[in-house]
Amino acid sequence: MAAEPITGAEIIVKALIDQGVEVIFGYPGGAVLPLYDALFKQNKVRHILVRHEQAAVHAAEGYARSTGKVGVVLVTSGPGATNAVTGLTDALMDSIPLVCLTGQVPTHLIGNDAFQEADTTGITRPCTKHNYLVKSVEDLSRKVHEAFYVARSGRPGPVLLDLPKDVQQAKYEYVNHAGQRHRTYNPVQKPDRSQVEKAVELMANAKRPLFYIGGGCVNSGPLACKMLVDFVRLTGFPCTQTLMGLGAFPASDPLSLGMVGMHGMFESNHAMHDCDVMINIGARFDDRVTGRLNSFSPGSKKIHVDIDPSSINKSVRVDIPVVGDVGHVVEEMMRIWKARQVKTDQKALAAWWDQINKWRGRNCLKYKPHDTIIKPQFALERLYAAIKDKDFYISTEVGQHQMWAAQFLKFEKPNRWMTSGGLGTMGYGLPAAYGVQVAHPDSLVIDVAGEASILMNIQEMATLVQYRLPVKIFIMNNKWMGMVRQWQELLHGGRYSESYSDALPDFVKLAEAFGASGLRAEKPADLDGVIKEMIDIKGPVMVDVCVDEKENCFPMIPSGAPHNEMLLGPDDQSARPVSEEGMVLV
Amino acid sequence: MKDTMIERHTMSVLVDNEAGVLARVIGLFSGRGYNIESLTVAEVDADQHVSRITVVTSGTPMIIEQIKNQLQRLVPVHSVTDLTVEGPSLEREMALVKVASIGDKRVEALRIADIFRAHVVDATIESFVFEMTGSTEKLNAFIGLMKPLGLADVSRTGIVAMKRGSDSN
Repeated sequence: MAAEPITGAEIIVKALIDQGVEVIFGYPGGAVLPLYDALFKQNKVRHILVRHEQAAVHAAEGYARSTGKVGVVLVTSGPGATNAVTGLTDALMDSIPLVCLTGQVPTHLIGNDAFQEADTTGITRPCTKHNYLVKSVEDLSRKVHEAFYVARSGRPGPVLLDLPKDVQQAKYEYVNHAGQRHRTYNPVQKPDRSQVEKAVELMANAKRPLFYIGGGCVNSGPLACKMLVDFVRLTGFPCTQTLMGLGAFPASDPLSLGMVGMHGMFESNHAMHDCDVMINIGARFDDRVTGRLNSFSPGSKKIHVDIDPSSINKSVRVDIPVVGDVGHVVEEMMRIWKARQVKTDQKALAAWWDQINKWRGRNCLKYKPHDTIIKPQFALERLYAAIKDKDFYISTEVGQHQMWAAQFLKFEKPNRWMTSGGLGTMGYGLPAAYGVQVAHPDSLVIDVAGEASILMNIQEMATLVQYRLPVKIFIMNNKWMGMVRQWQELLHGGRYSESYSDALPDFVKLAEAFGASGLRAEKPADLDGVIKEMIDIKGPVMVDVCVDEKENCFPMIPSGAPHNEMLLGPDDQSARPVSEEGMVLV
Repeated sequence: MKDTMIERHTMSVLVDNEAGVLARVIGLFSGRGYNIESLTVAEVDADQHVSRITVVTSGTPMIIEQIKNQLQRLVPVHSVTDLTVEGPSLEREMALVKVASIGDKRVEALRIADIFRAHVVDATIESFVFEMTGSTEKLNAFIGLMKPLGLADVSRTGIVAMKRGSDSN
């Protein structure tokens, strides 16, 4: 035991330091004053003051997703905690490791409807991987260290520690509990070898194989992604990525088919539908990917690699489940593949690639360029041309711009793409972007935004300016909630109920009011100059790109449709009305 | 089709007896739309602070597999055993059954209770409380017979279950 008793708040800060925490995103309040006092008295952990607790969580997500470390959030009791709920749910859906510290009223007032009291552990139980109410200072160090362990182990996720004010003030000796084995939670890392052998056997005999890789690969780490890339290249099989998996396999590799799913590539979705062996690595058969379940890839045998057994056979029945960490599984697959000197069916594979190249030939991302109106796709093409040779990170908000960004920006490495995939949280992008910027101060960080989403956390401009975080906000301003409008056009007879944003702010003046720079592009000819200026300005910049108001995002699998009934563009949509079954889906 | 048949399963879940653990399990069932037919919980190892939750649930084979996996990934869960699959197993339930009647009905209630091996644990001039242990079906049968004889109140524990043989779960 260490000699001197210290306060609970000091114990927490010591534990954070021992966990390697460098930065916390937070917002103070009455119930966390002791913790803020302890932070004030040290200089190892940096604190970034956000302007809304939801943003603190998204910022920690951006930090975690871009570094592979656990993101840390500190907020007060009551409204501080309830404001964090959206961010926690977002992190749970996208498997982002976070530790969220919330203040709580003193233990003797819990249950009394005290000022700024909320049942935080009750409210957050379904939106965290695990949570703790720490009622005694004796348990504090163990629980803090355990929270970090749980957040990062197995399938990562957010863990919340609710910390009553008296526990922060009580005194006790600090003991470092890092690395202690957990009593109950010890998820499997290494796969069952016989399952991997069966998987390799199936792959070796495949005629129309397809890798379908997801966010789990990114979570497994850059080394795991590197092994995966080597393995995919060894097989010569095509590889498609989910929204969360972008960057886990290099977009420029000829084996890459690009994104799969509702707004994925024509070739990816057709390959999903027609393949005979599907190798799902770290993806979860999300409904945005599968489309109509009963016609999802009807002829394929499916291998599913996932660290979370509850992801397996949840919505799609698979033939060979492999529970384990992507890195370990791929290493084992590679070893067995090489040991058996697998010879794939070259003739069948060549025919499969011929078919895939025919689908590729449809050029599903083509759009009609315009001389005077900026097409959103064109804006992103120009953006990508300007940044592709730079060290860049992209975050997005949610909607059409997000899907276009996923289609038109190409990622060669993992951890470069932060987006709210599972929950689809508007307002995610700006805080996530500065979370990334804090971790990578010299890199180019861009939030590709929509004018509606950006307004959901616009107050965070103040955070950018306070910490001189040079995030670039690239707003694709079409004056509509574009994805809502698109669905109203396709599904609701063009009745645009409440999807037009009247009274938008002047984003250039708004940026300037916050003390940042504002730029605007109104014509296609403006774009290159504005993008260059955006990159050249040293501080935070907000760019208002005035894009075509009526452009829709294609290709698209209408809800309720199977993969091989994709709509390619505006001229392609009258043919098949959306089924009644599809209308009820989101 | 086999995949759409609803099956009834009894699961035995060992958990760390920490605050909120029952809420976690119940929240999992309600949040994901699973059924709970019966649920019992009590500490079974005071030194180790371990409790056993016995839950009877129903669903398609895919849902049952999900329930097991979802329970298993809760942080305070030690183990989940599907006793219906990993059987043979024992299932018992206890009930307290209050019958309020006089005369012939009272005599008949007492006679049937004797046949069912129920014990009288409380008696007044116009009522009995029977204690009875057995399978759910046996309890249902007894309670059914008591209905015309002045059934006044029933309190049941829900099912507790265990594997047969020397293996522990």
